[in-house]
Amino acid sequence: MELDPKVPSGPVQDKWSKHRFDLKLVNPANKRKYDVIVVGSGLAGASAAASLAELGYDVKCFAYQDSARRAHSIAAQGGINAAKNYQNDGDSVWRLFYDTVKGGDYRSREANVYRLAELSNNIMDQCVAQGIPFAREYGGLLANRSFGGAQVSRTFYARGQTGQQLLLGAYQALVKEVATGKVQMIHRTEMLDVVIVDGQARGIVVRDMTTGKITTHTAHAVVLATGGYSNAFFLSTNAKGCNTTAIWRAHRRGALFANPCFTQIHPTCIPPSGDYQSKLTLMSESLRNDGRIWVPQKQGETRKAGDIPESERDYYLERLYPSFGNLTPRDIASRRAKEVVDDDRGVGELKNGVFLDFRDSLQRLGRSVIEERYGNLFEMYERITGENPYEVPMRIYPAPHYTMGGLWVDYNLMSTVPGLFVIGEANFSDHGANRLGASALMQGLADGYFVIPYTIGDYLARIGPTKTDPEHPAFGDVRREVEERTKKLLSANGKRTVDSFHKELGNIVWEACGMARNHQGLEQAIERIPELREQFWKDVKVPGRGDDLNQSLEKAGRLADFMELAELMCRDALYREESCGGHFREEYVTPEGEAKRDDERFAHVAAWEFTAVGSSPTLHKEPLTFENVPLSQRSYK
Amino acid sequence: MDLGLNVWRQAGPAAQGGFVRYEAKDISEHASFLEMLDIVNERLTEAGEEPIVFEHDCREGICGCCGLVINGVPHGPQHGAATCQLHMRHYKHGDEIWIEPWRAKAFPVMKDLMVDRNSFDRIMQVGGYISVRTGSVPDANAVLVQKEDADLAMDAASCIGCGACVAACPNASAMLFVSAKVSHLGLLPQGQPERRDRVLNMVAQMDEEGFGNCTNHGECEAVCPKQISTDFIAQLNRDLFGASLAATGR
Repeated sequence: MELDPKVPSGPVQDKWSKHRFDLKLVNPANKRKYDVIVVGSGLAGASAAASLAELGYDVKCFAYQDSARRAHSIAAQGGINAAKNYQNDGDSVWRLFYDTVKGGDYRSREANVYRLAELSNNIMDQCVAQGIPFAREYGGLLANRSFGGAQVSRTFYARGQTGQQLLLGAYQALVKEVATGKVQMIHRTEMLDVVIVDGQARGIVVRDMTTGKITTHTAHAVVLATGGYSNAFFLSTNAKGCNTTAIWRAHRRGALFANPCFTQIHPTCIPPSGDYQSKLTLMSESLRNDGRIWVPQKQGETRKAGDIPESERDYYLERLYPSFGNLTPRDIASRRAKEVVDDDRGVGELKNGVFLDFRDSLQRLGRSVIEERYGNLFEMYERITGENPYEVPMRIYPAPHYTMGGLWVDYNLMSTVPGLFVIGEANFSDHGANRLGASALMQGLADGYFVIPYTIGDYLARIGPTKTDPEHPAFGDVRREVEERTKKLLSANGKRTVDSFHKELGNIVWEACGMARNHQGLEQAIERIPELREQFWKDVKVPGRGDDLNQSLEKAGRLADFMELAELMCRDALYREESCGGHFREEYVTPEGEAKRDDERFAHVAAWEFTAVGSSPTLHKEPLTFENVPLSQRSYK
Repeated sequence: MDLGLNVWRQAGPAAQGGFVRYEAKDISEHASFLEMLDIVNERLTEAGEEPIVFEHDCREGICGCCGLVINGVPHGPQHGAATCQLHMRHYKHGDEIWIEPWRAKAFPVMKDLMVDRNSFDRIMQVGGYISVRTGSVPDANAVLVQKEDADLAMDAASCIGCGACVAACPNASAMLFVSAKVSHLGLLPQGQPERRDRVLNMVAQMDEEGFGNCTNHGECEAVCPKQISTDFIAQLNRDLFGASLAATGR
């Protein structure tokens, strides 16, 4: 298979304009002859479904939640980047492009990143017009804040609920089109497979989660906007329902999976409190501005934080990175926390965290200042842990948060399966090996509002409006396969619950393919995961029926796919013999213990082709060239 | 701690429901309320019984999926928090806890503790938006918005659509939900052109769905996880009055 990213020729800043002119158009009167399926209703899915419907296409949008408004984009806190340069501080499209390529540790595609930076401004215009209540200055202008990885103030925000507000904006655009009848919104329905007819994606198979009915839907093109796969780790900051099934099933049908090992571990989350822990909660990174991170010097320390004298504390980030201190980038802060906890210097009842201490800031600035800056976060922390951070230091630990990897797409956001488009976190394209803060929302909306409406038109114009025959045997075949799989899960009738398997899988992936990875650990995981998978299919217990609302069955189906994906994540991590961004291989470090890239051997996208369960996938490479942002080593000393 | 749970179990929308008592033994005070239910469900599954169905997703108080009536109070005893943000340290060994779904005509029970809230989506569909096409918009800073208005709009916009307001209201009114959206958009310059139709249509749809009206009990604000103020209901009534007059004069 030849991987053609279809990047237009010419200087990077002209590529998108040129490409938009080169794309074929569908006559306005003909658009209603085309059906498009959008799976997922988060920022990418809702914005795509709404925009495609406005253009005149007939859209069916599927969501597993009871309403499109509940997709997990809603939980994003910090903000959204745009190169508006409203602060007159030297920002530009070029600078946002540069920061994003560098922040991704040179593992993203330049042309895509430039387009993202270019569209960031359109997104802001769009969102303001939708009535999103962004933070304002007293003069009525939009306010900005700074974020990690940038030296300009380009992040727009709506309190600590930017994701919520942007999603509600996209949701409102979507319901507007539901009202016109151009979008058919199908809730509580999960995509379980994609149907390929004569080499083109022509529909999907779904399960109605209320009745258990499995049905097929036809379309001229399918857009997957189903988010990331952090829940492979079991514990993550993702919503409980986030899953890999849609993209994994597409992968099994021929869509290549790119850089699956590129996952982001966020440094400031609340550590787990016991084995009943169901998910992890993120605390805004902004806390690191005034909190000092430390652990006791002594291993196995039993004294309380307040009883440990200054001379016996190790402010390890300040010690290792005198110039950046507590504000080192996410990947570094996370890795160093793991190091000290592994060294038996962790804090808390379970010794599984590090302190984030506001004592000095409280003394220096006073309680009122700290309360004004972080009051809501302190409250949130106390609600969860029962500890008052004004009196005792917070405990934090890194947690899986975002996945940069995903299905491989070309410049048009089309996967290697013609007619199957992938947008938002579900694709791999824009963040390389590490995503910068406030860039996830930007990418989801850029893809949905401003990229897919153009590129899908080109595809549709080429294939023509002839509808797919819903009676084509491919639909029945795939539906039967889905039914078989569901039956198999229900009939295993073993002894172990779905969650117990998921926790075990999560533990394996976290240990081998989490913050630090090495050859031996990954090889063991690649051996262990198939064993666990086999055990799962034999010994899982899924109570209830298939033709009923059955949450255990939903979870079991998702876990079955995570079981396969987890192996691929480990294989990719093993293959990539370098350290870059969120991918840290212990064997490839600089003498100072930092990530060491190998541009000679690994300046490419690793895109994997599915062969069979338990067989090695086939590797395809897309070389990455950096014509505009010269390759260099990051340093935060 | 050990607890006694009295959980509403109902096999389907048409089935007769009832309370079933479960022992929840050895629960950590650090567990969240939903994690406590997870533990109970794991044990039920192991014993070959069907676990309790309840809705949840983000588990950090923002998606609006979760919602249980706990001892008669939507989202339980903690002020300004969703069910998923409630932790077991608010309970003590030996407590008896009653857990029910939202109860309202417009939120029919689907199974156990899960209800159908699509009526909220249908209210939104008749006007809970600004009609703007992708791309046909002015520069983001072209329209100034007074900071006070933006802040107040944000207060209203923080609604997570969980429906606790309806569950708490003796009339099962959706006025807090509707007023939050009407006020959010009505406070902003972008929302002005459709302001009158929006309030008329959304209130009409609310009635159509079978929600009751507001008689100023204030229960909604008391249980709202985002502490949305009933002032917005007053704002809605002003808008509705003005819009109705204007509509009559047409």
